[in-house]
Amino acid sequence: MKKFVLIALTGLLVSCSSPTPEVNLYSARKEALIKPLLDAFTKETGIKVNIISASADALLERIKSEGINSPADVLLTTDAGRLHRAKQASLFAPIDSEVLNNNIPANYRDGDNTWFGLSLRARPIMVTAKAPDIALTSYEDLTTPELAGQICIRSSGNIYNQSLVASMLAHASAAEVETWAKGLVANLAREPQGGDRDQIRAAAAGQCSVVVANTYYLANMLADIATDDDRAAGEAISVIWPNQQNRGTHVNVSGAGLIKSAPNSDNAIKLIEYLSGDEAQHLYANVNFEYPVKPGVPVHPILAKWGEFKADALPLEKLGENNAEAVKLMDRAGWK
Amino acid sequence: MLSGIKWQASSLAIASLVLLPLIALLVISSQANMQLWQHLSSTVLPEYVRNSLLLMLGVSAITLTLGVGSAWLVTQYRFPGIRFFDWALLLPLAMPAYISAYSYTGLLDVAGPIQTWLRDAFGWSVGDYWFPPIRSLSGAVLVMGCVLYPYVYLLARSAFISQSQHFRDVAALMGYSRRQAFMRITLPIARPAVIAGLSLALMETLADYGTVAYFGVNTFTTGIFRTWFGMDSVSNAAQLALVLLGFVVVLLIIERRSRQQAQYYDKRKSSTPSPKQLTGVKGLIAVGLVSLPIALGFVIPVWQLLIWAVQSHAQLWQSEFWRLVLNTVSLASVTAVLAVMLGLLVAYAVRTTQAPITRFAKQVVSLGYAVPGTIIAVATLVPLAKLDNLVDAWFRANLDISTGLILSGTLAALIIAYLVRFMAVALGSLDAGLQSIAPTMDQAAQSMGSSPWQVLRRVHIPMLKGSLLTALLLVFVDVMKELPATLIMRPFNFNTLAVRAYEYASDERLADASLASLAIICAGLIPVILLTRAIHRHTR
Repeated sequence: MKKFVLIALTGLLVSCSSPTPEVNLYSARKEALIKPLLDAFTKETGIKVNIISASADALLERIKSEGINSPADVLLTTDAGRLHRAKQASLFAPIDSEVLNNNIPANYRDGDNTWFGLSLRARPIMVTAKAPDIALTSYEDLTTPELAGQICIRSSGNIYNQSLVASMLAHASAAEVETWAKGLVANLAREPQGGDRDQIRAAAAGQCSVVVANTYYLANMLADIATDDDRAAGEAISVIWPNQQNRGTHVNVSGAGLIKSAPNSDNAIKLIEYLSGDEAQHLYANVNFEYPVKPGVPVHPILAKWGEFKADALPLEKLGENNAEAVKLMDRAGWK
Repeated sequence: MLSGIKWQASSLAIASLVLLPLIALLVISSQANMQLWQHLSSTVLPEYVRNSLLLMLGVSAITLTLGVGSAWLVTQYRFPGIRFFDWALLLPLAMPAYISAYSYTGLLDVAGPIQTWLRDAFGWSVGDYWFPPIRSLSGAVLVMGCVLYPYVYLLARSAFISQSQHFRDVAALMGYSRRQAFMRITLPIARPAVIAGLSLALMETLADYGTVAYFGVNTFTTGIFRTWFGMDSVSNAAQLALVLLGFVVVLLIIERRSRQQAQYYDKRKSSTPSPKQLTGVKGLIAVGLVSLPIALGFVIPVWQLLIWAVQSHAQLWQSEFWRLVLNTVSLASVTAVLAVMLGLLVAYAVRTTQAPITRFAKQVVSLGYAVPGTIIAVATLVPLAKLDNLVDAWFRANLDISTGLILSGTLAALIIAYLVRFMAVALGSLDAGLQSIAPTMDQAAQSMGSSPWQVLRRVHIPMLKGSLLTALLLVFVDVMKELPATLIMRPFNFNTLAVRAYEYASDERLADASLASLAIICAGLIPVILLTRAIHRHTR
C-alpha cells in the first residue's frame, strides 16, 4: 500500500513538471489591467505566465504561509508601501540587473534592489469651474477656510490617501500633518465615500468643486471606452499640479519584486525586465493611462494635455515606513 | 451502523475543519500589539461597534418584516400571481450585496439619473434640495436587508407550510382571527426557523466588507481590514476577528437560552393549510406587498445593471464566459453537496447522542459564517500550508523527494474554506427542519429495531427533503456569490464569475462589471428556479 502511494505521488510530481517554460505571478493588480502586458511578454519570449490576482496583503500572507514551497515567482503590487512590506517580511530576493538599473530611475526602485517601480501614479488636485477663486497651489492650501464645504476625497481606508499622508509625514512633523488632516476634514463637502471616480462625478454634479484623485481614474473617464455621462463629468474637471514650487506632486508606483523561493527565478527576472522595457512601458501608458517610469517613453495624449509636472522625489520606501503612523493620524483627525 | 462514539468522533472531525482555522486565528493573534488596542479604543472603535450594532438592528427589522411578512402572505392567502411570487421572492438571493450597492449608488447618487433629473427639471443645484443619501448607514441597511430577507423568507415559509392545520383549527375554536392566530400560534411555533434565517442574515451582515466599505460606513469588519491593510498588523486584525466571533457566540447563546423551554411538535399527520382567497382591492394590496421586496432586492438593481451593460457596448467574453460559468457552477455544486452531507451528519449526531461533544461540534460549525471571508481564507491557508510543508519536509528528509504543496493552492483547499464558511448555512436550515420532527418518531422507529442510521434514512431524510433542498440551494447560491476566499485561495489562472465582476467593480468600471454580475444572477437563477420547484413538491 505504502509503495503504491509513493508511486502515485512520484507520478504526480513528474506530471507536474511541465516542459514549457513558465513564470508564476501573484498580482495585486487587476488581471484585466496587466493581461495585455503579459500576453505581449509570452508572445515575445514563449514563457507562459500563470496568474493569481488578489489584494496585496492577502497575497503576502499566502506567500508567507506557503513558505519554501510557494510556487510564487513574482509579486506585483499597486503601491510602494506593500512592496516595502514584502521586503520587511524578507520575501524578496535582490536582482542585480543592468536592464532594470538603466530603465528605472533610482528613486523609483529599492536601494537594495529588492523591488522595482514599473508605472507611476500621480495624485494631484482637480477642480471644476465653480471652485473658489483662490490660490490653490499645494496640498497644504486644501485647509484654507475659503474651501469650507468644497472638497471631496475618498475614505482614509484607501491606500492612496494613506500614501499621500505618509509622504507628508516625511516632509513635516506629525503634529503639523495632523493639523493639516483636521483642516482638510473640516473642509469636506460630505463624509468620505466611494472611489476616486465617484469624487470626480460628485464634483461634476456640483456637490463639491475640489477633488484629490489619481490621474488614471480621470483619464479613464475621458477615454473612448467611458460612458457618455462619465466623459461629460471628466470634461468638467481640470488638473492642478500641487507643490510645484517646493517638493513636487505626490506620486506612487506600481511595482514588482522577485520572491526568494521562486522556482522559476530566471523567467521571473526576464518578466520584470520586460515590464520595465519600452514596449511594456508604452502599454502601461495606454492600457490604464499611467505614467511610464522609464524616462523618454511618451505618455498618453490625454495625460499630455495636463502638461508636465514635478514629482515628489521622496524615496518611496518612506511611504511604506510611514503608513501605519499615517493611518493612526487620520483616525485621530476624524478622517473617516 | 454508527455507535454513539462514532457519531461523536465524526461530528468532531467535521467540526475540526472549522476549529483548525479558529485555532490558527488564535495563534496569529497572539502576536498582537497591545498599544494598537489603546489607539483603536480611544479613536475609532466606539464608532465601529455602534455602526455594526445599528446595521444589525436595521437589517433585522427589514429581513424580519419582508421575510416573515411575505412568507405569511404566500402561505396563508391566495391572490393573483401567487405561483410566480412564491419563487420570485427568492430572486434577491442571486444578487451579491455589494453589486446591489453599486447599482443603487449609480441610480440614487448625486451624479445619478434621478438627482440629475430633479436638478434639470426644477432648476436646482446641489444643496438646494434634500435627497436621502444612499451611501450611508441607512443605505447599507436598506441594500443589505433587501438582498438578505430571502433567508428568513425561505425558512419561515417552509415552517409555516409544515405547520399542521390542527393548530389553526384550535385557533379557530378559540375564536382567534387569522391575524391573532398568526401572532399567538403560527409565529411562535415557526420561531426556530425564523431565528435560524435571521442568524444567517445577521452573520452575513457582520461578515460583509464590500458594501459597507463602498458606502464609507465604518463597521467592525472594515476596522479589521483597516488594521490589517493600513497598519500592517495581521495579528491585531485576527484579534479583532476573534472579538467579532465572541460577540456572535454570545448572541447564539442568548438565542438558545431564550427558546430552551419552547419546543413544539405536532405528532399528527400534517395536512395542507387552507389558504384564504383574496380578491379585488385586497388581492391587489397583497400583490403590491409581495412585489415590493422583489423590486427592491432584485428588479431595480438588475435594471440598473442592464442599462450599464447596454451603455458600455461591452462584449461578452465569448471564449472565457462559458469557462467562468462552468468553474462557478461546478464549485458551487460540489460544495453544496458536501456542506449538506456534513451538516446533516452534525445535526443528526446531536439528535441521536445528545452528548456534549456533538453539541460543541454543532456550535463550532455554526460559527464559520460570521467570519469575514478573507480572514477565514488566510486562517484556513495557514494550517493547510503547514500540513503540506510538514509532509514535504518528511519526504525530503526520508526519501529525498519533494512533494511540494499538495493541498494549498488547489481547488481542494478552496472547497475546504467554503465548507468552513458555509456549513453553518446548511446546518441552520437542516437543524430547523429536524427540530420540527418530534423525537417520539425516532423512539418509535428505534423501538421497532431500527438503527439510528436506518431511522435517518427511512424516517428523517424523507421528512427533511424540503430542508435538505433549501440547504443545497442556500449553499449553492452563497458559493456562486463568494468572493474574498475565492480571490485569495484559487489556483493559478482560475476565475469565477464573482471574481470577474469584482475586478471590474473595484476598479469602478461598473459598466464592465455589469455583464459579469448579470451572468452571476442568470446562473444563480437556474438553481433557484429548479430547487424551489423541487422544494414545493416536497413541502406541499
